[in-house]
Amino acid sequence: MNLIAELEAEQIAALGKDIPDFKAGDTIRVGYKVTEGTRTRVQNYEGVCIARKGGSGIAAAFTVRKISFGEGVERVFPLHSTNIDSITVVRRGRVRRAKLYYLRSRRGKSARIAEDTNYKPKSK
Amino acid sequence: MRSGVIAKKMGMTRLFMEDGKQIPVTVLLLDNLQVVSNRTVEKDGYTAVQLGAGTAKAKRTSKAMRGHFAAAKVAPKRKIAEFRVSEDNLIGVGEEISADHYVEGQKVDVSGTSIGKGFAGAMKRHNFGGLRATHGVSISHRSHGSTGQCQDPGKVFKGKKMAGHMGAARVTTQNLEVVRTDADRGLIMVKGAVPGSKGGWVTIKDAVKKKLPEGVPFPAALKSAAVAEAPAEEQAEGSSEE
Repeated sequence: MNLIAELEAEQIAALGKDIPDFKAGDTIRVGYKVTEGTRTRVQNYEGVCIARKGGSGIAAAFTVRKISFGEGVERVFPLHSTNIDSITVVRRGRVRRAKLYYLRSRRGKSARIAEDTNYKPKSK
Repeated sequence: MRSGVIAKKMGMTRLFMEDGKQIPVTVLLLDNLQVVSNRTVEKDGYTAVQLGAGTAKAKRTSKAMRGHFAAAKVAPKRKIAEFRVSEDNLIGVGEEISADHYVEGQKVDVSGTSIGKGFAGAMKRHNFGGLRATHGVSISHRSHGSTGQCQDPGKVFKGKKMAGHMGAARVTTQNLEVVRTDADRGLIMVKGAVPGSKGGWVTIKDAVKKKLPEGVPFPAALKSAAVAEAPAEEQAEGSSEE
């Protein structure tokens, strides 16, 4: 392992984040820390994960899309961000693509994702 | 003025801080950094320390340089650089400098040889706008356009920005913040990018345009000093037990 990979692995271990197994198509809820003045609270953001990039490295990120007041909203979160309080998987989706950018041009019925009923967690 | 250091650029990564910020950092490695020689006013007319870093094979080192390293009783070095210092900041020959030489939050200037771009056009080299895509422009969409006036002055002025060789030049990036240091592994993490490619050699100096913070070691953070301190502490502990 080269030095940079070593440092990144160390930092991931030091951050000690519990990241659930999720992929594009899953509906997830992200608890994101918001600081207002001096107070810090956790804001939930729930939507469909439409892309994951960067694998599980320190630079990894994922995109969550939701429809908010009839308007599509997308947020990109760094996977290992210290601002992320929690990530919970609400629903497993069955999709055939790694990046679900086609959802951007769809709304309503055609933008639905079928539930993955026989999801098996990866054994480690 | 104290000595700078020679470091090897290892690559870039990011650090997540407790307050939610993420900082892009360049990892710089101090690889066997030792003082090879001193320049003094009596002998050379100026004062400086000559540092060497990395390891070179003895058989690939010239005989003259082998003699120079032998005089300092250090192993052959891959890279050598001189740093001008004031007379009281000279460091003994053979001393090894550690990454504690810089303190967190300090600003530094990093110099290196930038990545070569070869012969580059005016758009890439000087951020020219180029010519239009349509409206009769033919073949010369990325050209620089006019280079001057008419019969008077009848020449192209010197220093006119044109296409030419780009990169592979010595570049200094000023006022980079030291985010973290790791003396055990000899790592210095600096916020932002530094010139050159991965595996290239750079020199780090205290920022010339910023005040030195307090707590910076003088004349340098030496590994021998760190080793001397550790047994002293042990002795102190032992005596208190008695």
